[in-house]
Amino acid sequence: MTEMRPFRDLGEHPVWVRAQGIRKRFGPLQVLQDVDVCFRPGRVTAVLGPNGAGKTTLLKMILGLVRPDEGTVTLGDRPVNGEAEYRRDIGYMPQLPRFPENLTGWELTAMLDDLRDFQGPGDETLLDAFALREEMDKPFRTLSGGNRQKLNASLALRYGARVLVLDEPTAGLDPVAARVLKERVRAERDRGCTVLLTSHELGQLEAMADDVVFLLEGRVRFEGELVELLTATGHEDLEGAIASLIQEGRTLITPGALAADRAAPAGAGAAGVA
Amino acid sequence: MRATLKVLHYEVRNVLRGKVLLGYGVFFVAATLGLVRLGGSVERALPSLANIVLLAVPLVSLLVSTVFLYDRRAFTELLLSHPVGRKDLFRGLYLGLTLPLAGMFLLGVGLPMALLGGVQQAPASVALLLTSGVLLTAVFTALGSVVAFSVGDSARGLATALVIWLAVTLVYDGVVLLASHTLAAYPLERPMLAAMVLNPVDLARVMVLMALDASALLGYTGAVFQDFFGGRWGVAGAAFSLAVWVALPYGLALRRFHRMDF
Repeated sequence: MTEMRPFRDLGEHPVWVRAQGIRKRFGPLQVLQDVDVCFRPGRVTAVLGPNGAGKTTLLKMILGLVRPDEGTVTLGDRPVNGEAEYRRDIGYMPQLPRFPENLTGWELTAMLDDLRDFQGPGDETLLDAFALREEMDKPFRTLSGGNRQKLNASLALRYGARVLVLDEPTAGLDPVAARVLKERVRAERDRGCTVLLTSHELGQLEAMADDVVFLLEGRVRFEGELVELLTATGHEDLEGAIASLIQEGRTLITPGALAADRAAPAGAGAAGVA
Repeated sequence: MRATLKVLHYEVRNVLRGKVLLGYGVFFVAATLGLVRLGGSVERALPSLANIVLLAVPLVSLLVSTVFLYDRRAFTELLLSHPVGRKDLFRGLYLGLTLPLAGMFLLGVGLPMALLGGVQQAPASVALLLTSGVLLTAVFTALGSVVAFSVGDSARGLATALVIWLAVTLVYDGVVLLASHTLAAYPLERPMLAAMVLNPVDLARVMVLMALDASALLGYTGAVFQDFFGGRWGVAGAAFSLAVWVALPYGLALRRFHRMDF
């Protein structure tokens, strides 16, 4: 349906995202403990867990919005250390699209293009797929919740980023739009993109995810492929598998992703981070 | 710096479209025109107008900056997911609030003053009133930023902003008066001077009222300040102290923003 553009800059280089030895405390609450995970390029990884498990904190660490007390996050071989430039490689879709009420979609797009020094043309295939162009001249405050979310998705995917961080991407979308977005996420994966997403709609996730990272009380209880999770828990669907992990409190870190991590060529994706 | 200017450009555009800022400007136009008409001349109207400015500018600057920054928290997160440095973004946000607020104040007071001949009749007083209003805007927008980046909950943040406003506009002088009354037997000039420097609203009041030759309207601390410095040195000292009052909360807000977890 959509013609995929190559990665911007050094297109052929995918980017691995790694978090190693992450610990984070907010006041008395230990949010993340000894988290070691690896998000692979060309895969859609669902970050799952009950409320307060540390999912959002982990994703925000990758974006540089939350700083770990201990441990490191790297994109390719570039550490997330407060510098802003690495974020050129990231497309972020926040859970709640709360943009300035007085700006139109086009003005918002121009603002982000300008801030990124993006010469364009940006990827606007989602605008067409969502039939959103007519809404782009209207102030954000006049858009419906669904159209706001569509704009949110369009902006996240506009820049041909090599890492996509999608927080509840299908929330508020009608079934048609949700399907469009799921297809697009899979297309980005096929392009070699590293896709991280969270959602409480496990059915939607199951249709998109290749890998699963399951967090419980700040610790990684499972990291591996979706099929491995289903096999290990003896369930046929993700909902049953996750419920099983939560109820039993088991730790099932399968060797899949971690082994692939170790086998990854050193510096894979490094050249493309700049 | 380039990123700061870009953020500033879009922030100013967004803020100027809001109705709050327009209402702020209209309020000052109405207050200035009304007081001049009631007083019969610009010079008579200036002390009353100064009192309004000393109350309204800190209140509006604190509340607008605090509300705006809480409201923009999610969008700020989104901007920080793009290749924009935190310092650049903070500078853009701060100036994007301060410049429109200060500009609207200048228009709201300055334009009627120019039309009514206030600039010709009392140029120094009008200039000092406008300068002190702009500096107070910068001080209290910075203080609002400190609150918004330090207090996680927006309701508590707004309450904190209101407490700050009450403290600097009303409570502070009351405490100073009580202390001076209680310790009347002791030489209090220097402690009173220190007390003046510790309150930006008192500093602005000194700047304006010294130029108006209306020492009766000065609070106790202001009277001591005028006696200590007198004339130009007093104004210069107050202006320098106000500039420090801009720099300190600005630096604190920047530090908080640079280190905060979203």
